[in-house]
Amino acid sequence: MLNTKRMKAFKAGATAVIFALVSHSTFAIDAAEQGLAISKEAKMRDLGWADSSSDMQMVLRNTQGQESIREIKIKSLEQESDGDKSLTIFNQPRDVKGTAFLSFSHPIGADDQWLYLPALKRVKRISSRNKSGPFMGSEFSFEDLSSFEIDKYGYKYLGDEQIHGLDSFMVEQYPVDENSGYTRRIVWLDKTEYRVQKIDFYDRKDSLLKTLTYSDYKQYLDKYWRADTAKMVNHQSGKSTDLVFKNYAFKTGLQDSDFNRNTLKRAR
Amino acid sequence: MINRIFTKKLTHSLVVKLLLSATLITTTTTTIFANEFEFSGKIGIEQRHFVEQGDNPQQLEHKQSSILFEPELYWDWNNGSDSLTFKPFYRLDSQDDERSHSDIRELSYIHASDDWEIRAGIRKEYWGVTEFQHLVDVINQTDGVEDFDGEDKLGQLMLNLSVVNDWGIVDVFLLPGFRERQYVGADGRLRGPVLIDNDNISYQSSAGKQHLDLALRWSHSIGNFDIGSHWFHGTNRAPLLSLSTDGDEPLLKQHYQQMDQFGLDVQATLGDWLWKFESIYRHSDAENYWATQAGFEYSFVGVFDSNADLGILMEHSWDERGEADENSSGSSFQNDLFFGARLAFNDIQSSEILMGLGSDLDHNGFSFIFEASRRIGESFKASLDVRLMQSNEPLDPLYYVKNDDHLQLAIDWYF
Repeated sequence: MLNTKRMKAFKAGATAVIFALVSHSTFAIDAAEQGLAISKEAKMRDLGWADSSSDMQMVLRNTQGQESIREIKIKSLEQESDGDKSLTIFNQPRDVKGTAFLSFSHPIGADDQWLYLPALKRVKRISSRNKSGPFMGSEFSFEDLSSFEIDKYGYKYLGDEQIHGLDSFMVEQYPVDENSGYTRRIVWLDKTEYRVQKIDFYDRKDSLLKTLTYSDYKQYLDKYWRADTAKMVNHQSGKSTDLVFKNYAFKTGLQDSDFNRNTLKRAR
Repeated sequence: MINRIFTKKLTHSLVVKLLLSATLITTTTTTIFANEFEFSGKIGIEQRHFVEQGDNPQQLEHKQSSILFEPELYWDWNNGSDSLTFKPFYRLDSQDDERSHSDIRELSYIHASDDWEIRAGIRKEYWGVTEFQHLVDVINQTDGVEDFDGEDKLGQLMLNLSVVNDWGIVDVFLLPGFRERQYVGADGRLRGPVLIDNDNISYQSSAGKQHLDLALRWSHSIGNFDIGSHWFHGTNRAPLLSLSTDGDEPLLKQHYQQMDQFGLDVQATLGDWLWKFESIYRHSDAENYWATQAGFEYSFVGVFDSNADLGILMEHSWDERGEADENSSGSSFQNDLFFGARLAFNDIQSSEILMGLGSDLDHNGFSFIFEASRRIGESFKASLDVRLMQSNEPLDPLYYVKNDDHLQLAIDWYF
């Protein structure tokens, strides 16, 4: 009698626990799938741009508000079954003028990267493990500037929120690469066009490190959205970096042959 | 004074003169089509301070000042497929007439097509992967007066065809117009006790400095490996020095031999490790030998809880010729070990510190370098170099500069 009672109580308890577990994991699977689906949709809407070039100005600001300017030209080539190829050419500060950077990115594993030093006329293959390091002394790290690939992250849909006056999805992304400087990032994408509006970056100790905000989106070739401005604020150091993009061009006819050691050496 | 040296050096070489006029014609005809012109460059001041007095009373005592002017003019047209670069160089030294020198670092035309390009004119071409010695880098003559680390090169006249294939890049070089190495003058520091004659120079080839040198290079990236191999046939950039006299004064005369060199350079980029290897086999009438330079660089990312990166380098040099003795000039990199550390702060000013220690394992000889640099404002850069040398082996070139420890401060303005 006592046993039956106990059994019943146990059964009830177990059922409750199992039910809770199942519903929780179903919810987790749903959130992961939904997060992945949203990110895939965003990536899909941005496929087929073939190649692009743009001029980027970086405005680095320290806590006293002092500014330093970087001028960079970027050429990219879309790859169907791999990460993109890109050529980055520095124009300012003047002492690094002519320095150029060639990168073959891969969704999984290390990217292939070469640096050209014009004073020495030397092309150096460099280690691409330093994803978390600052780019040109700015608040952007190398990984912040690399192309978005689905395989680079794990996903979780967090809910909806209004941002910049737009209904948006909130998706949490977990970097797969152990060399990433982040434990996670929370990305806000607007529901109509799936454009990234904002990203919160959490450092390895899982505290909020930086916030990136995109603004002044423009549409190119009736399909591809690019923001004219991106502002990165480092909450821990108080420093910030603004990116201002100019002269966006797509499908300009760049080919694989525009991305090799020879083009790196004469890039302007 | 400036004019005199400039004129002397320019008229010095007929080839340079011819090329100059050719380029003037090219520029006048092409400026019409040029859609981009850039004027940039740098102006610098440099102050050297030698800790001790030199061995020779003629040598400057402690202070040596100089100014540097290196503008760059660049034109391109046909959407960048054709370009022309002109980069003259001039340094005026307060103490050493030989170090006051000018050069055309670059005066070259490039035509680029989809998978090939042709480069013609005076250029610099760099080969290799290692840091402490550049064994395979043979195209350009070393600028022996600009600095004593051998990193500065004179412009070399060349015709270079470069073809990009799936299996690598092939470069063919025709190199007319040999450039002689210039050495520090009587007043200068960082030289041996016997002056090197910069004027009466002899050649093995009857064509002398007009000998047409040839070079062929293949380079390719395969996965994590970057591989290059070359063959060079022509005038050895390093002269043989033989004792002679000018009246009562002893002098070292430069003699340039013909050589064939085969070389290989490989870098493996494996995560935080860069493994580097260079090797050459050099054949000339006087000697045949192998030499290698091999080592690694390891990077620590975000050291000291900061944004700074620390790179640790180690390399070893080996040369079949061994140490110098009474019968042979040998090699000063016959069995040497090098350690280096590079600290990049990754800050707005691109602050960087580089340290290197070279040690000869066969006798007591070492050299130490410390280089720190930082941008000031938007367009100035300051750098501080410290070099210390020691050797107890009189046949080691380091022995003659053991009293030439110095500090060098440079400020460059980039425009």
